[in-house]
Amino acid sequence: MPRRRLLELGAIGLLAGLFSGLFGVGGGVVVVPLLILWLAYGEREATGTSLVAIVITALAAVIAQAAYGNVHVREGILVGVPAVGGVLLGTWLQQRVPGAVVRLLFAIFLAATAALLAVRG
Amino acid sequence: MIAAAIAIGVAAGVLSGLLGIGGGALFVPALVLLLGLGQVEAQATSLLAIVPVALVGAWRQGHYGNLRLGEGLVIGVLAVPGALLGVVVVNAVPERAIELAFALLLLWIAWTLGSGAWRELRGDAAPDVRP
Repeated sequence: MPRRRLLELGAIGLLAGLFSGLFGVGGGVVVVPLLILWLAYGEREATGTSLVAIVITALAAVIAQAAYGNVHVREGILVGVPAVGGVLLGTWLQQRVPGAVVRLLFAIFLAATAALLAVRG
Repeated sequence: MIAAAIAIGVAAGVLSGLLGIGGGALFVPALVLLLGLGQVEAQATSLLAIVPVALVGAWRQGHYGNLRLGEGLVIGVLAVPGALLGVVVVNAVPERAIELAFALLLLWIAWTLGSGAWRELRGDAAPDVRP
């Protein structure tokens, strides 16, 4: 991987981590738009690649949280297992809609995230 | 309550697959409001659910030919020190002002992404034109 590319990707990673540490938003909120708008990724590649980054960050964070005893395994399985079914459906569905629809849905999700941040007192 | 939590779990997974997010935006409120966890525990537990969801989502996108594995790994590895830095900063500066600034930034990005997509869907722009 060329050095310039590494720097761009590293900057996206650092920003995503910084904002999630600061505001508790997930990394995808930052990674997906930056990959699309800055690195000219297609919508599907941006969302797929974002999920790879999320695996790493969520894994590191859950190990740290488990050390503090904050992780409730039973409840995690209760919502996580149905969600694995959901993600199979979501990725399948995503292949069947235009990329612009994915971008529009993401824009709506971002606006909702912004609104929640703004009203959170 | 359990049925509702399962339903929200499915919805979180669908959103995760569609949008490339972890799903914490739905996991956390479900864990707090339906399963009675505290905010900190809900955020920690949400991460546990996110790991397999993101893993399976990434695997499916790889199957569909939409994955840049190496690039995603670079982003993910660098996000870890970024998050640690964020946690340090958030304890040192007044949070509310930067939170509102970040909300405005997100709104602007939403507008940029959304207006381009809207024009494209209406057929006013070539499909590969980006804002």
